[in-house]
Amino acid sequence: MTDDTHKPGGMRKDLIVYVCLLALAAIQFVITYQDISASQMFLRMLVVAIIEGGLALLFFMHLSDNRGLRWFVIIFTVAVLLGLQYGWTDSFRLTSGVPWAH
Amino acid sequence: MSQADLSMHGQVSRTSATETMAAPAFSVPAKKMAMWLFIIADSATFAGCLVAYGFSRNATPNWPRPFHSITNVALMTFILLTSSLTMTFAIRDAQAGDKGKAFRWTLLTAVLGAAFGVLHIREWMALIDGGTTLFHNPWGTPLFGAFFFSITGLHLGHVTGGVIALIAVALRYQGGRYQADDLEITGLYWHFVDLVWMFVVPLIYLLNLSH
Repeated sequence: MTDDTHKPGGMRKDLIVYVCLLALAAIQFVITYQDISASQMFLRMLVVAIIEGGLALLFFMHLSDNRGLRWFVIIFTVAVLLGLQYGWTDSFRLTSGVPWAH
Repeated sequence: MSQADLSMHGQVSRTSATETMAAPAFSVPAKKMAMWLFIIADSATFAGCLVAYGFSRNATPNWPRPFHSITNVALMTFILLTSSLTMTFAIRDAQAGDKGKAFRWTLLTAVLGAAFGVLHIREWMALIDGGTTLFHNPWGTPLFGAFFFSITGLHLGHVTGGVIALIAVALRYQGGRYQADDLEITGLYWHFVDLVWMFVVPLIYLLNLSH
């Protein structure tokens, strides 16, 4: 296509990214068996998932080749994700701030 | 306005139109841009579902942890990641002009997607046999079944659609009606389905594993 035409020898890069993704997925499974709190587990898994997603976006979906599109996708997605976070305080209020809470 | 002006204006207008067509947004062709816009919108849908799930899980003290083994979900993850790799091989071969190889890699991707779907359905059936439905489960809040089946069902729907799209595009590509570009656009969608799974696994499965 245009700017992100696949270069020769890129198959090796794909394989490296694939192995990295497998390794990161394995790390998520290892985190499951760590003796840590649920919130810590959630945080660690989310960080690993974001790294995995970033690798897939940059190399499998070739966002690394197109700077303009990369910023468009990042800014839009992050704005949506941040917008979705407005309800968390209410979620915590349900467990600790209502009369029937423990 | 004189004929010369009209001619000049016509010329300007044609030039302007040519320039517009030659410089698409972010140097991405329109078809590919449409897929990116779909992916952005769809990621907002999945993010909304996952945040709603997180909200409810956080606010519900008796959230069930029904999963005892990671074998099935690990196998499903392996299959889906491998299908992403085979898809990149298909696109590379298509862009190199090797139609036969590109066709075979794309079909292999579809087969892996179908295998993922079968494993997914098998897991659903095991949960349904154990008494989990959309509105009921034997362990705790009924919200678990609602969120589990909705989010994994939405993802399974995307996988099923992707498998159908892969087969259709591969056949048309083989028949000469589609080009390498079309295969690449379908590949974008397939990688997105894989990307979503990277978030579904830890949040829906691994955090609900009983120890």
